Amino acid sequence: MGQLKVTMPSDREIAMTRVFDAPRKLVFDAHTKPELVRRWLLGPPGWSMPVCEMDLRVGGKYRWVWRSDSDGSTMGIGGVYREIVAPERIVSTERFDEAWYPGEGLNTLVLVEEGGRTTLTQTMRYQSTEARDAVLKSGMEKGVAASYDRLAELLASPSEATR
Amino acid sequence: MVMHASLDATFAALADPTRRSILTRLASGEASVAELARPFAMSQPAISKHLKVLERAGLIRRGRDAQRRPRRLEPKRLAEATEWLERYRRLWEGNYQRLDALLEELKTKERKWDS
Repeated sequence: MGQLKVTMPSDREIAMTRVFDAPRKLVFDAHTKPELVRRWLLGPPGWSMPVCEMDLRVGGKYRWVWRSDSDGSTMGIGGVYREIVAPERIVSTERFDEAWYPGEGLNTLVLVEEGGRTTLTQTMRYQSTEARDAVLKSGMEKGVAASYDRLAELLASPSEATR
Repeated sequence: MVMHASLDATFAALADPTRRSILTRLASGEASVAELARPFAMSQPAISKHLKVLERAGLIRRGRDAQRRPRRLEPKRLAEATEWLERYRRLWEGNYQRLDALLEELKTKERKWDS
């Protein structure tokens, strides 16, 4: 459904917009119920989400940990809910466990429903351009590592590669 | 590290809407400062300032004609920056495709409960 658009509305922000063919109540559930979140918020192929804790109330904390199936390395992230307006808006802070950039991020999720479809806008604001670019790069580096893993798998099984 | 630092400069340069418009204009061919200033309600010195930022970020360079000093796009650097963003986009697109499938499942369940 729809194309994901990634833009940089300012020098400290990343914004993502995408349309989903579902009412926003369901999109909101998929972002707030741990048993649903851990089914899709997985990052690159080959990663699972063994920890997904969410105390969905203002001031409540969330904690997510991903684990690579191939080498067992983990990546954790956590934060606090600042604002919750079901089923249309969530504002939360964001900080990686191994924070390699200063300060924390502020995420704003906005869901707008029209004709049974939902437009999702997720804006992530960081404390500096350097912090934002560090986050952008982390996605790149992990994504690249994952695609190399897949390439290695393909090369290891020639029948798969030539099929 | 050096490459990353210069990519940071590239993204800082791309953050400004006027500079993005200048790049869009240059994508259709080289242009002088006067030509670039025309569509904007801006003085040539103001445009020159933006051009300097783009030049430092490696996004544009000066053409050969010494008299007109036309600016032209440096597509390699722009492609590098776009590639960076594109990989981030692909990572999230993977997540959202899984979310599409999950939402289909949730819709089916809701329909069953309704009937």
